Amino acid sequence: MALNNDYIKQRLTEKFGEQVQHFEEPYGMLTFEAPKELNLKVLQFLFDDETLQFRFLTDLQAVHYPDEKGRELAIVYHLHNMVDNVRLRFKVFTSIGQPDIFSATALYAAANWMERETYDFFGVNFIGHPNLKRILNVDEMDYFPMRKEYPLEDQTRIDKDDEMFGR
Amino acid sequence: MSDVIQHKNIRLPEGSIEKQTTTLNLGPTHPATHGVFQNILELDGERIISAEQTVGYIHRAFEKLAERRPLYQITPLTDRLNYCSAPINNMGWHLTCEKLLGVQTPKRVDYLRVIIMELARISDHLICNSIVGVDTGAYTGFLYVMQYRELIYEIYEEVCGSRLTTNIGRVGGFERDFTATAFEKIEKFLKEYPAVLKEFENLFSRNRIFMERTIGAGPISAERALNYGFTGPNLRAAGVDYDVRIHSPYSSYEDFEFDIPVGSTGDCYDRFLVRNQEMWQSLRIIEQAYRKVQEFKGAEASVYHADAPEYYLPEKKDVYTKMEALIWHFKIVMGEIDIPKGELYFPVEGANGELGFYLISDGGRTPYRLHFRRPCFIYYQAFEEITKGAMLSDAIIVMSSLNLIAGEMDA
Repeated sequence: MALNNDYIKQRLTEKFGEQVQHFEEPYGMLTFEAPKELNLKVLQFLFDDETLQFRFLTDLQAVHYPDEKGRELAIVYHLHNMVDNVRLRFKVFTSIGQPDIFSATALYAAANWMERETYDFFGVNFIGHPNLKRILNVDEMDYFPMRKEYPLEDQTRIDKDDEMFGR
Repeated sequence: MSDVIQHKNIRLPEGSIEKQTTTLNLGPTHPATHGVFQNILELDGERIISAEQTVGYIHRAFEKLAERRPLYQITPLTDRLNYCSAPINNMGWHLTCEKLLGVQTPKRVDYLRVIIMELARISDHLICNSIVGVDTGAYTGFLYVMQYRELIYEIYEEVCGSRLTTNIGRVGGFERDFTATAFEKIEKFLKEYPAVLKEFENLFSRNRIFMERTIGAGPISAERALNYGFTGPNLRAAGVDYDVRIHSPYSSYEDFEFDIPVGSTGDCYDRFLVRNQEMWQSLRIIEQAYRKVQEFKGAEASVYHADAPEYYLPEKKDVYTKMEALIWHFKIVMGEIDIPKGELYFPVEGANGELGFYLISDGGRTPYRLHFRRPCFIYYQAFEEITKGAMLSDAIIVMSSLNLIAGEMDA
């Protein structure tokens, strides 16, 4: 039986009931979210289930929504079932005050650097990560630059005296 | 570290430090690293005990920059990811935009794109494979094939005007039709390149020294490769026939006939062979695409962009002479066009793996969030595991045969 989005949805609701929610299909890719305490359980279930077999972690990153109080950071997993060639997107939301999430490194070796990158840019604290430190930015940096409260420099500013570029 | 050999016959002088391993800094600017990244190796004699990679030396905050730029201004950023095959990145980005905006491209545009993308793949694989040659001590192949990379760059130049960071094409197609010279050069490439590639293969494939150096160097099993998020030739060398061009076809790849070459052990030699075979397959695709392009008749034969005036930049001569075109040009460049809300992930088969664009648009002039799935950033993590216990000289070959591009790794 070919694996389709309805079937995945059905399997997930059978297993987790009301806890998995907000099923959508933007551009054909099944998207859903779960409470953040459940992220590893959902990933493990998708990994182990004989009919689902989402065993390839394509991508992992975060998105910052400053206006949504209590769920400012979304951590987005893109998973791929290579046998049936189906992709899905799985999100968990966390508050920015306490951005603690279980690490998926035990399940996917690939998650190691992806989580470090997410920590580096958004400050998501992955619990159980073997080596959670900055990866692309300098170690001395004391903020998380991809958060929306750090805007890029105003392109029209004129107070800067730059000898090299004559601004 | 139980596998450290205890040197019982060496007597250290009184008071000296009893460290039996050597720490070696490979990079950030070492001639053998081919890019700016650092490897701190712990060596026991010449064997590697552990490796710690440091990346991020040329991080340029592309994802942050992209949050302020309209769609067109992001294309030059994608050039600078994998700069050995910039057109694939450009077109991947344009295809992402087209999917978001709902633009349908004509078949001829798809085929022309396929030609350019496969040329880019060949030039990328050429660099990677010939660098593996250089690192094993064979410089000739590198110099020899460089002429044909030059020819590929001339084709880019003929199509878009630039060579390395191409910024090729537009959302919806190309900026101009391919000139007769461009087609001539493609024809020349198709005619001359097979013999060159054959000769390049003859230099290496059954070369005893090359085989001794690469067979068994940095092997990885299919299972570990999948767990480490390997994609592209490196995953195929480990024996998994995953190719985005086949699994989720874009730009009409479903119209072409080609095979996915796979290896078995995932070592440097297999990676080399897979890349070589992929070049043959790319040639096959280019030949088919070139024939298909020649078959278009009448008005169809000069179509080079989609009919999407609200997203495709108007022609330059109209911009200079007509008010309407000038307004549209300005609106598009400044990002004043309507972009639908949406969230999508679009993968393309980059030269070294699955290049993905995760785009969230909130309907504003710029993306709300754009994330690049950069294949070599993800698979470089495996470096420590696949070089553990190997010789220092193997580490160099592994590094070059993984096709690590610093620009892509650091975004």
